[in-house]
Amino acid sequence: MSTLAAAPAPQAGSARITSWRLLVNNRLATAGLVLLGTILLLTALAPILPLPDPNATAPADRLKPVLTAGHLLGTDQLGRDILSRLLWGTRVSVAVGFAATFIAAGIGSAIGIVAGYAGGRIDNAMMRGIDMLMAFPYILLALAIVAALGPGLMNALYAIALVNIPFFARNVRGVTLGYAHREFVDAARLSGKGHLSIILTEVLPNVMPVIVITMSTTAGWMILETAGLSFLGLGAQPPQADLGSMLGEGRAQLFTAPHVSIVPGVMIFLIVISLNVLGDGIRDVLDPRLRSGALARPGPVTEVARDRTAPASTADDAVLVIEKLETGFRQGGEFIPAVRGVSLHVKAGECLGLIGESGSGKSVTALSVMGLVASPPGVIRNGAVYVGNEDVLSMPETRLIAKRGSRVAYVFQDPLTTLHPMVAIGRQVEESIAAHQSISAADCRKKAIELLEKVGIPDARARSVHYPHQLSGGQRQRVGIAMALANDPEIIIADEPTTALDVTVQARILELLRDLQRERGMALLFITHDFGIVSEFCDRVAVMKDGEIVETGETRQVLADPQHAYTKRLIACVPELGTGARFLDRVATLFAEDKKEVA
Amino acid sequence: MTGAAIQVRDLSKTFGGGRNLFGKARHEIEAVKAVSLHVARGETLAIVGESGSGKSTLARMLVGLEEPTSGSMLIGGRDAGALRRSGPRAFGRTIQYVFQDPVASLNPRKTIREILDTPLTRLCGYEAPRRRARMQELLHAVQMPEDTLSRYPHEFSGGQAQRIAIARALATEAEIIVLDEPVSALDVSIQAQVLLLLRDLKNRFGLSYLFISHDLAVVEAISDRVAVMYFGEVVETAPAARLFTDPEHAYTRRLVASAPRIRKE
Repeated sequence: MSTLAAAPAPQAGSARITSWRLLVNNRLATAGLVLLGTILLLTALAPILPLPDPNATAPADRLKPVLTAGHLLGTDQLGRDILSRLLWGTRVSVAVGFAATFIAAGIGSAIGIVAGYAGGRIDNAMMRGIDMLMAFPYILLALAIVAALGPGLMNALYAIALVNIPFFARNVRGVTLGYAHREFVDAARLSGKGHLSIILTEVLPNVMPVIVITMSTTAGWMILETAGLSFLGLGAQPPQADLGSMLGEGRAQLFTAPHVSIVPGVMIFLIVISLNVLGDGIRDVLDPRLRSGALARPGPVTEVARDRTAPASTADDAVLVIEKLETGFRQGGEFIPAVRGVSLHVKAGECLGLIGESGSGKSVTALSVMGLVASPPGVIRNGAVYVGNEDVLSMPETRLIAKRGSRVAYVFQDPLTTLHPMVAIGRQVEESIAAHQSISAADCRKKAIELLEKVGIPDARARSVHYPHQLSGGQRQRVGIAMALANDPEIIIADEPTTALDVTVQARILELLRDLQRERGMALLFITHDFGIVSEFCDRVAVMKDGEIVETGETRQVLADPQHAYTKRLIACVPELGTGARFLDRVATLFAEDKKEVA
Repeated sequence: MTGAAIQVRDLSKTFGGGRNLFGKARHEIEAVKAVSLHVARGETLAIVGESGSGKSTLARMLVGLEEPTSGSMLIGGRDAGALRRSGPRAFGRTIQYVFQDPVASLNPRKTIREILDTPLTRLCGYEAPRRRARMQELLHAVQMPEDTLSRYPHEFSGGQAQRIAIARALATEAEIIVLDEPVSALDVSIQAQVLLLLRDLKNRFGLSYLFISHDLAVVEAISDRVAVMYFGEVVETAPAARLFTDPEHAYTRRLVASAPRIRKE
């Protein structure tokens, strides 16, 4: 327990600084922010700037060009100062646009969050209402609303807010749906919170980023729509200036005095573009998927450092040899190692168990073998991987890819996520055969069914047209094994293949794997966290901790007489059937000793 | 220590069913079929079974997150229907739930202080100074450092997060706790520590546990009695020591035989 207490405490509140930094790091977003800030500042200062009255007409001075003395941006057809009208007009447009955004966000998000949280009939009724709004083209709907209410700036605002409600409602409902059945919502209910309180204090903070993102990306649209309505004479009424109405009034002089309409046009362009780039920047910062780099496309092969040291193979009779492998992840220019100098080998017909706790680097080791660690950010910095005495890491990309599945195959933990949900299982097995063998479609199909039979899928021909969700977890894992076997690989790397399965199913899957391995004389690298499985299944075992192998040897020897303190402790912590309550007494003394040592 | 903490009779839960808009019968799933069991005060009853055997549905009914289709439940000696009618508060003060995935059961946007504050305000109705003192006590009980309070859930490992989730359940002062696979997402050494903690807490506060798990060895270590669930039914209930040495039902026998063991010789 003292080890828990000693865990390093990350700086609290650092997340907020990072968000701001990330936004500022994005140059385009910063430019948008600066531009928008300048425009907003100028319009905010309009009342105290030395500007002429925007509505004072002077027929003698009409249509003065840009840079006339006293009229920096010229005058319009009634001799009014364009600069003054521009600033006052922008004030109106931006105010209406933002007000509409807030109204739409408020009402839309409220509908979305209630619909998503309540579900069932309420959800259905609310979303069908939203669907009705969405059934009309939005500008047509806005026109109809203004036509019904009568032209005017406030009516235009209501119309624009109303037509934008569906954007918010749909987005927010989708996200809320994901949160409404999360465990922390159940936990809050058990802590005594009512529905309203859960919506406001549990769901809303999680949904907030989506609302902000939607607001930042639609605000530009709303300003454009306000201008559109004013342009058609349905928004701001003369003599009030507003960007859209200025544009509309200037239209008649487009050929004789183009600046009258170009100036407000450029202003609309600048406001909308700055809002959009800023909105994109905010979305990038707030969307956790974009932040973690999930949308960055990883390369086909893990990056291998050019200056890596590649030690020669020390076990020539083994089919898979890993020598001093060092794999890690690049994070902000820093290299964070996950595997530190791991060496191991597996002979043909042998099963090596790689055991360790979560975060010990077992999976990264396994994925490094075929260069499957996603890169960026993964990098193999040092070491060599020999498959049949050939260094995999020095191979050209295409050859390495050709080796995947044909000489080294993987079986992963969760068959539900590794199988394609939209493709029938028979097709998926066929695909893995066709990836390496050029045989006719009929042969391919025959072979796929044979493989499915081999891994114990009953009635394989009929079941081959089924989709993964129609199979039980154990059967899905059997399909995963069939795909791994498709090209008679020499090496199978199984990464926790039974962790997601029930014990009775696990026993059968292990039996299948063992039979297949013996029959085909394959080498098996079996990754697990369960000492029971290692004991029943593996010939040799390697114990991993913090990216290093601390102990390796014959399974029985290691289990009966562990040498390293970590192995001893790990084995002592495994509860065994038949020990009963004595187990807890045993670990109690173990942790008590720990405390004494620390003290 | 008299009377039962949980007394369940013929409890059933059916999902789906009924008829759709056109009068066609909808697909029906019986998740829990006429389950009867009891947990004495101060006892740990374990429920084992495969995924889909109805363990979690049973647990969710016991804490009031699902309503049973039929059957009766007495929780802490009071009828569950009456408890539910008196609001979520009464339920929460009687029985609590600890989730399988500790990180998912803590709201990622709240500090641990806010998370622990909720039951203390809502269920116990304590004033601010008393809440502060109680939070310190709770953290001490689950052996977490004091700076835990100002941190966010993602800053903790699975084992630490599970301690916090246990602290939240303790905060309600409920004496019956349903633990739904509380250690199956944890590494073995962490798992052993959490099991130890659960045993200590039980002795200290006189708690009763309903412990759901699929790991027989874990169940044997912590429980007094074990109920085996298979396709929504309890097929066998026996004291832990008896069940594992001499299983009666065919399914129990298969379960015991399938568990991987460490052979040291």
